[in-house]
Amino acid sequence: MKKIDIAQLTIQKAHDAMKSGDFTAVDLATVYLENIKKLDSEIHAYLEVFTDVIEQAEAADARFKDGTATLLTGIPCAVKDNILIRGRISSCASKMLEKYVATYDATAISKLRAEGVVFIGRTNMDEFAMGGSTENSAFGVTKNPHDVSRVPGGTSGGSAAAIAANMALISLGSDTGGSIRQPSAFCGVVGLKPTYGSVSRYGLTAAVSSLDQIGPITRTVADAEILFNAIRGKDVMDGTTISETTYGEKSASKNAKLTIGIPRAFMKLGGISPAVQDAFAAAELRFKKLGYTIVDVDLPNNAFALPVYYIINFAEVSSNLSRFDGVRYGFHKDGTTGVEDYFESRAEGFGREARRRILLGTYVLSSGYYDAYYNRANALRRLITGDFNTAFKKVDILMTPTAPSPAFKIGEKVSDPVAMYLEDIFTVTANLTGLPAMSIPAGMTQVDATGNPSIPLAVQLTASHGAEKVLFQAGKDFLGE
Amino acid sequence: MITEKDVQDLANLSRIKLSPNETQALMKEIGSILTYVDEIKKAPVGDAEMSQQASVGVIRNVTRDDISRDISSETREAILNAAPDREGDFVAVKRILS
Repeated sequence: MKKIDIAQLTIQKAHDAMKSGDFTAVDLATVYLENIKKLDSEIHAYLEVFTDVIEQAEAADARFKDGTATLLTGIPCAVKDNILIRGRISSCASKMLEKYVATYDATAISKLRAEGVVFIGRTNMDEFAMGGSTENSAFGVTKNPHDVSRVPGGTSGGSAAAIAANMALISLGSDTGGSIRQPSAFCGVVGLKPTYGSVSRYGLTAAVSSLDQIGPITRTVADAEILFNAIRGKDVMDGTTISETTYGEKSASKNAKLTIGIPRAFMKLGGISPAVQDAFAAAELRFKKLGYTIVDVDLPNNAFALPVYYIINFAEVSSNLSRFDGVRYGFHKDGTTGVEDYFESRAEGFGREARRRILLGTYVLSSGYYDAYYNRANALRRLITGDFNTAFKKVDILMTPTAPSPAFKIGEKVSDPVAMYLEDIFTVTANLTGLPAMSIPAGMTQVDATGNPSIPLAVQLTASHGAEKVLFQAGKDFLGE
Repeated sequence: MITEKDVQDLANLSRIKLSPNETQALMKEIGSILTYVDEIKKAPVGDAEMSQQASVGVIRNVTRDDISRDISSETREAILNAAPDREGDFVAVKRILS
């Protein structure tokens, strides 16, 4: 077997090597499969590794031979378990869908399939994309590859851990309130939540329809850009999708001096840990040295962003999960009557966090409280979006930490839902506003006494609607790509 | 304050059976979560803000042709087979009228 240094591999390098015949797609897939065999019994990033990986790789090799290969042909990709792949189980890490087999490809999948991407397997997540640690999976916890006593973040914890542990070259996650960016931060990889509507949600099992986006998790910004460009685009199957021109063409010329805004007053609310504070200050300095201008910005309504986010999350989750009734598909448990079938199936099919959010959503949408919670949250959502749009008249990018602290211990926040929710303080605004945001690695920290492994730190860059190119440029500058 | 009866009512509306233990636990958890999200009551939101429509990103018209899609018999079978109980080409449920 060919020796392939997968720790240094990028899409471009892998493509060049397969094109020149240095190694084949089968060689590459084999190396990843070996690595999974070696590491994943401990990490548990995958819920299933597909049995036809080598056949997929052989088909990719055939495309290199007949000249139809593209940049992504033969690239091994892990897929979050809430994105449908035809003929495969897509369980959303829930007992409710444990045996559910998808009857069609998600649009993101069919686009990658057309390019000849090799799908390695489906990755673990918090059930129905609710959580911040991948501890809410019905099928076991995923561990952080940098320190297995810690969480990988969530909800796309499996997809981020798979990249960090070199168990796939690229992966797809989904982001409702930070579910791509926070696990990417915890695992030391790059994660992009694209502009709302830029990637089709067709075939993504809905958690919060007005917040969900599929996006890439990769080791480099260049790879995130390639993967994003491959999956984006208007889709007749998702009416919320946008074209490249919806928000006008936005790019930063190579020599432009970009301005970064920092919402310092808002950041004081976040309870940022000293290690994250230091990494953030260092990132600020690095951007200054690179020629970026740093200014302070004010986002007055951001103080309400997290409660607003959770109210909207509960409301939409309770509506979206009402389709799981144990009748048409999914888990079924018999009661004594038809109606009791619902009660039994939903009680046992859904995990604790899902049940809790369904009840909370039912509460905030009930007629007596609708105005006080749901309508008020939507009004605030508009005000928050207005603040961001005003800020982007002055700056090109907003920078905050991705999460207030680095990866926490497994079990640390499980019994306190509000503590878990506070993890999302810096990430939810991109979902509420529909803005694109990317987490990039910003060093490592040793959390406690020496002898323990170092764990990753990260910063988050947010740009205006449709301005992913600005994020890619700044991210590449920062990481020296 | 959320009472035990409130939690039971929510569970009934949500079609989820709760054990007495979980009802108690949820009463506490939902209480603390609602206390937290009650923060938004302090926000400066007037009638003008409340009356606007919700939207994410730019508002635009989205249309598509009203055409039916062909579904292969294989897919149709797969969809029917996904049902927990099936009789012929029907999804079977318990009788609802007695």
